[in-house]
Amino acid sequence: MEIGLNHYLVLSTILFSIGLVGVMRRKNLLMLFFATEILLNSVNISFAAISHYYGDLTGQMFAFFVIAIAASEVAVGLGLLIVWHKKHNSIDLDTMSMMRG
Amino acid sequence: MELFLYTALFAPLVGSLFAALFGASPRTKIAGIVPSILLGVSLISSTVLLVLVLITGHTVHVEMMTWMATGDLYIPFGFIVDQVSVTMMMVVTLVSTVVHVYAIGYMNHDKGFNRFFAWLSAFVFSMMVLVMSDNFAGLFIGWEGVGLCSWGLIGFWYHKESATWAANEAFIMNRIADLGMLIGIFLIYWNTGTLQYDGAFAAMPALTPETLTWIGIFLFIGAMGKSAQFPLHTWLADAMEGPTPVSALIHAATMVTAGVYLVVRSNELYSLIPHVGLFIASLGAFVAIFAASMALVNRDIKRVIAYSTLSQLGYMFVAAGLGAYWVALFHLMAHAFFKALLFLGAGNVMHAMDSELDPFKMGGLGKTMKGTMIMMTLASVALAGIYPLAGFFSKDLILEVAMIEHHYIIYSVLLFTAGLTAFYSFRIVALIFHGEERYKLFGFHPHEAYKFMLVAMSPLLFLAVIAGSFKMTYFEMVTYILPATEYHVHNPAIYWIMTIGTQIFVIISIYYAYKIYMSRDIKVPDGTSKMEKSFAYKLLINQYYIPYFYEECFVKPYRELSTLCWTKIDQKIVDASVDGIAKAFYATGENTRAMQSGNLSTMLKWMVAGTVALLSLAVVFGLAARYSGEIKVILSGLGV
Repeated sequence: MEIGLNHYLVLSTILFSIGLVGVMRRKNLLMLFFATEILLNSVNISFAAISHYYGDLTGQMFAFFVIAIAASEVAVGLGLLIVWHKKHNSIDLDTMSMMRG
Repeated sequence: MELFLYTALFAPLVGSLFAALFGASPRTKIAGIVPSILLGVSLISSTVLLVLVLITGHTVHVEMMTWMATGDLYIPFGFIVDQVSVTMMMVVTLVSTVVHVYAIGYMNHDKGFNRFFAWLSAFVFSMMVLVMSDNFAGLFIGWEGVGLCSWGLIGFWYHKESATWAANEAFIMNRIADLGMLIGIFLIYWNTGTLQYDGAFAAMPALTPETLTWIGIFLFIGAMGKSAQFPLHTWLADAMEGPTPVSALIHAATMVTAGVYLVVRSNELYSLIPHVGLFIASLGAFVAIFAASMALVNRDIKRVIAYSTLSQLGYMFVAAGLGAYWVALFHLMAHAFFKALLFLGAGNVMHAMDSELDPFKMGGLGKTMKGTMIMMTLASVALAGIYPLAGFFSKDLILEVAMIEHHYIIYSVLLFTAGLTAFYSFRIVALIFHGEERYKLFGFHPHEAYKFMLVAMSPLLFLAVIAGSFKMTYFEMVTYILPATEYHVHNPAIYWIMTIGTQIFVIISIYYAYKIYMSRDIKVPDGTSKMEKSFAYKLLINQYYIPYFYEECFVKPYRELSTLCWTKIDQKIVDASVDGIAKAFYATGENTRAMQSGNLSTMLKWMVAGTVALLSLAVVFGLAARYSGEIKVILSGLGV
């Protein structure tokens, strides 16, 4: 069976759903980061697949941007995470409620 | 010449603003003196204009600036000084200058001294706008301005419940009439396309008689309110709650005569509709006798003079209604002088008696207040119309007009009223200045007013005595623009019988007044005498029960209706719906507040939920748009 665009899109959707569930369910901040990475990469897959399908490089270029931005986001996020852990000795999401209105 | 016009018009405004600057500060003499001087300047400018108009016969007409210009509507701020308006300007500036100077003394001890002059000068400015405007819109502005200032001055002592009530009554009564006047002005604009006097009156002969009649009636309704004609007359007597200089200036000499001025100004209109004129004259005659009868028994000197004003306004409307416009204007002028004088005299008496107004508690004041006594007696003689004082020339002329126009009923009513006028005028003079010194029983210590107040009053006294001798000069002046009908009884025998008969009748009335009220038997009425129990007395002292009638038939039902609207409509419907909207927002906020727990995990869940909701909406609408054709078919199949 030939692997076509639809297969990639289905994979992307499945990954996106997994990421979404992770974002909603995980209480560990580190796990939350993993979940966001899954979300971003699911989108990257569909970008690359669609770009290949149309023979247009724009989508793949976009995927590179996404990877670059995801890397920097993780760098900043992990830095903050370490600071937070040093200060509070925990990275549990439920303890982060300083923004309560 | 325009300089004089603008000076005459705007000097009172400057004075008013100047006094208003001191409105919140304690009493300062300068807030009274500067407006008085500025009014003097206005008086001099008016005199210059009068001399100019008198000698050259030219009129001054200026257009200061455009006020409204939209489409066909063009109303400028235009002012005209012609023979009629210059007469009114002289009356207004002269009486107000006298009253201003007098009021410096009269209001000397009042806390609201500065505020008083701000209002009083503002009134003069509005009155000048009213008489000098060259179009109906400007006239209306002045008309409302004097109404507003009158409200402020009647209710000047606003801590008194009765004063604020009287102020509101005057204001509301005038609003009712002003609606009529406004309708009249709209009709003029619709039918002639302009509000300028010259243009509007020039277009009027071409209109149908019905239209003209309606215009005439509605304008006269406005005049009825301002000049307190029946049935809108009750406010004038109550307006006596204001300070006495206000009564002298506004409720005797100037504002209440604005209605007469309006009819005189619209003479070209009223000449075309003599049947409305006849109605005006009949109503005037009725008001003359109606008001005079109430003045017979009243026990408040200011109210007696107020009823007398009402009665004299009736005379003026008789003259104006019968087409003798110049006679009406002449009586207006003469009346302004002697009636203002009477009021200012009454003010002196009030001051002497610590604001006591019941003449039965006075008596014998002539010994301490000689100057005031002479002035009030002469003013009363002038009012009664004894030769050679002003009233003889102006008031008896109105009687002659009625005679010559063959309205014998009006003539007899007016003649009888002349007797009543003399009687009630001298009733209060006798009660105040002659007879037993009853005030001693009540522990009053009367004293004469300040010298300068008497000096300030003297120009009015002088004019009240000699105004009659201007009659022919005046006649030649105003008949440039008013119909020049001379009223002479051609048969000399009838003329002399009429004149001498009237004089004798009036003198007999005066004699009776003195005889009854100078006697030693006069006591302060206590409601036990036979006269006070009679029906006629009760009818008159209660003003024919008209105020009670208004109270029961209009004020109370209206108040109940208002209460109903307030509790049922305003509170239950309007307030409830507005509050309901606010409460809905508040409750939503209260209930959804829990969402903002500050927990990142929860917030992320909400974010995802929101995204899903928006996406599903987008999908639903997208599908609906795509398959709209099929959906329509299905819906029509369901019979929608």
